[in-house]
Amino acid sequence: MKIKFFDLGFKEAVALLALSVVALTLLLVYNMATYAMPAIQKFGLHFLSTTTWDPVKEIFGALPFIYGTIISSALALLIAVPVSLGIAIYLAELAPAWIREPLSFLIELLAAIPSVVYGLWGIFVLAPFLRQDVQPFLAKYFGFLPLFQGNFYGVGMLTAGIILSIMIIPTISSVSREVFLVVPFSQREAALALGATRWETIRLGVLKYARAGILGAVILGMGRALGETMAVTMVIGNRPEISASLFAPSYTMASVIANEFTEATGDLFLSALIEIGLVLFFVTLVLNIAARALIWQVSGKMKGEIRE
Amino acid sequence: MNIYKKRQIVNKLMCALAFLCAIFTLVPLISIFGYVLSKGITSINLDFFINLPKPVGEPGGGMGNAIVGTIILIGLSCLWAIPVGVFGGVYLAEFGNNKLAATVRFTADVLNGIPSIVIGVFAYTLFVLPMKSFSAVSGAFALGIIMIPTIMRTTEEMLRMVPRTLREAALALGISQFRMIVSIALKTALPGILTGILLAIARIAGETAPLLFTAFGNSFWHQSLGQPIAALPLQIFAYAISPFDDWHRQAWAGAFVLIFIVFLISFISRFIIGLRYKFPASR
Amino acid sequence: MKRKLLGLTVGILAVGLIGSIALAEKLLLINGAGATFPYPLYSKWFYEYAKVDEGVNFNYQSIGSGGGIKQIMAQTVDFGASDGALTDEQLKQAPGELFHIPMTAGAVVITYNLPQISERLKFSPDVVADIFLGKIKKWNDIRISKDNPEAGLPNEDIIIAHRSDGSGTTNIFTDYLSSVSGNWKAKVGKGTSVNWPVGLGGKGNEGVTGLVKQSPGAIGYVELAYAVTNNLPYADIENKSGNFITPSIESTTAAVNGKVDSMPADFRVSLVNPDGADAYPISGFTWILVYKNQTDKIKGKKIVKFLRWAITDGQKYSEGLLYAPLPESMVKKIEERIGEINY
Repeated sequence: MKIKFFDLGFKEAVALLALSVVALTLLLVYNMATYAMPAIQKFGLHFLSTTTWDPVKEIFGALPFIYGTIISSALALLIAVPVSLGIAIYLAELAPAWIREPLSFLIELLAAIPSVVYGLWGIFVLAPFLRQDVQPFLAKYFGFLPLFQGNFYGVGMLTAGIILSIMIIPTISSVSREVFLVVPFSQREAALALGATRWETIRLGVLKYARAGILGAVILGMGRALGETMAVTMVIGNRPEISASLFAPSYTMASVIANEFTEATGDLFLSALIEIGLVLFFVTLVLNIAARALIWQVSGKMKGEIRE
Repeated sequence: MNIYKKRQIVNKLMCALAFLCAIFTLVPLISIFGYVLSKGITSINLDFFINLPKPVGEPGGGMGNAIVGTIILIGLSCLWAIPVGVFGGVYLAEFGNNKLAATVRFTADVLNGIPSIVIGVFAYTLFVLPMKSFSAVSGAFALGIIMIPTIMRTTEEMLRMVPRTLREAALALGISQFRMIVSIALKTALPGILTGILLAIARIAGETAPLLFTAFGNSFWHQSLGQPIAALPLQIFAYAISPFDDWHRQAWAGAFVLIFIVFLISFISRFIIGLRYKFPASR
Repeated sequence: MKRKLLGLTVGILAVGLIGSIALAEKLLLINGAGATFPYPLYSKWFYEYAKVDEGVNFNYQSIGSGGGIKQIMAQTVDFGASDGALTDEQLKQAPGELFHIPMTAGAVVITYNLPQISERLKFSPDVVADIFLGKIKKWNDIRISKDNPEAGLPNEDIIIAHRSDGSGTTNIFTDYLSSVSGNWKAKVGKGTSVNWPVGLGGKGNEGVTGLVKQSPGAIGYVELAYAVTNNLPYADIENKSGNFITPSIESTTAAVNGKVDSMPADFRVSLVNPDGADAYPISGFTWILVYKNQTDKIKGKKIVKFLRWAITDGQKYSEGLLYAPLPESMVKKIEERIGEINY
């Protein structure tokens, strides 16, 4: 009977802890909404379509920031996901034994670097490198694409995307690596028994099985990219304009909040900034729904089942 | 070219690519590390670790209080975020077949994307305003919120990968579900869960924005957890944005020490808990 | 064995934590928050003042002028610090009467990246405004060459760098631009954060410094100290009297002198474009914000004593850190004001 008692209490206890997270988030959103109310009342839905950000005339619009956040995060994921998977595959499947631990450790260490350091490295090392070596090359050979047209300064959307990708690679690759490591041998053995090459074994026996886990890792990385402030704001050029070119400066929602919050005086200004926070929250919401739908499609099962 | 040859080529190509990815990632790592070291190494001495900050031009300034402060903040945050994160993840993995769990999972993912400064403002409203004082406690609250999604989701994913057969074997032997989860499932998933926790710690160790309005920073040794407390990221930031080279070098030294602290935590915890990476013995 | 090790580590840490709290000297802690501009000076002051009064620790954190204003209004700190004076509406919202005590002044300089030019460039006010409005696009524009005939300006685009974060430096600079250019005032206006017509945004003075340093042909505005310590060239600006003045501590103090006679009693005054032949036109005060009626008697006494020290003895540390000391005539007025604080 003692056993049963523990069982009963346990389920409820963990449920409570899990729910507290939801409660906390709801409280957070409510808190933000309260602060943002003056701006919401003044601008309404126009907030999402206005491109002006003028603290002096008190006209605020979120569109350039929404664009900046989405494109910079998309760029970061575009670079980070294949690279992270490559690393995870290498560490879990291909690397010789002596290299695995130190290399895994080193890559996790990338996550320990404070964002402010990433930002400073970005502006003093990465941006000049891009301005002098990479961007001229891209402009010369790929300049027919609108992506690589216009003046380049070293700072801009491209730099921000690259720095974000470096920042999220440790998360995505480490979690993916752990996921690969616990895929049962039977999966790999089955593929090998069918005569698969190394790569095919990985593709059929590991990647397919770990799909859900990988997507979970990617979502964690995506969340980090969407909300990253310090590093991005130092290299993105901070110009609230929408441009097709990756060379152009841009501005993200998280950056504008970080930049202006501490100095903002004036209630409407502060309110508009928090409203941007709310918009970011909803953008994250929408993107997560999209990602969930993808997982559901890909794993083909109801989420919530434990694998065999 | 026959199909066999083609498959061989693809195989070699993909394996080489994977290797390149790993090497490629080391480039920024070495660049950043090298940069931090080259800029800060001259300022790393004993004074740095035991002294309080001094004004520009005064020799012997240090970040002793910030180092202690960061360790305390990490400790306090872990104190509440690890249980909530891990057991929340347990709930999602073990009992998570329903709408409620789906909501929790979803919320955690969204929470992960909220900029840290907004979380800082939240902690400010909840703790600092009523207390009319900045405090280490409010800072730990903010940092904990940032940690929870990573820990929770990683725990869930790792627990999910524990084979059903293992669980059923345990249950078939008559142990309670609670016991099964803690002793069998959690234990099996522990290496992965630890990775999640260490990733979360690495992230919050370097966060500045949420601490601006909570921990606030302190030029002196802290006197209680209900008072402002120094932290490495805050001190680094304050020094980095100043015009003076002396302070810049100390900022870089601080950054190096910060990374080293996370490295230590990571190394020691893996060592003590006896879990190196769960690499298979063969291959 | 491993478990014992773990337990031991945790035990040591716990003892260390509790011990450090118990053993720490229970000194009075006075907290202040606000502007980043005076942070190096304030940290020097608090360090030196600790030798004068050992019974108190002053903890100042630079979270930004806006942050300082917010926190002093919320009374989570004992004093605030700001580069921008509060408006009348803001003062009304404060829970008590808030005093502005000027502590020092600083200059905002125009810095640029033109390696081929060895002499210091000269700008007249309308030229500065039109450059930042985007109307003057090339370095060899006639209007710039007019003031710099010998310079040999290149036919290159001007790349503008401004602040992306809200800042007192921007406030002073845009204040200046608004007072010298009707166009600027109408189109952009003044504030800690404005809608810049053109240019890249850098985070912080060091961000703008970085941008200017990395981009040939760039122009930006930063605090004097950043230009000096980073060996950046900075321009002479034509002041109200028609002289081209080099930014410096002396010309900043001259700017303050130009305003002393017309100083309002509450010290909330802008320092841009003052009278005075030697005055540098782009300067500003930084203030400490304290409540007239201090609720905590002990803290109030300590704060007042510090403020008196800072505007007298403290001023001798200003020049070494590239801040402008306040002139005697002003110090007397400030002392009277400090005398009005009750505790």
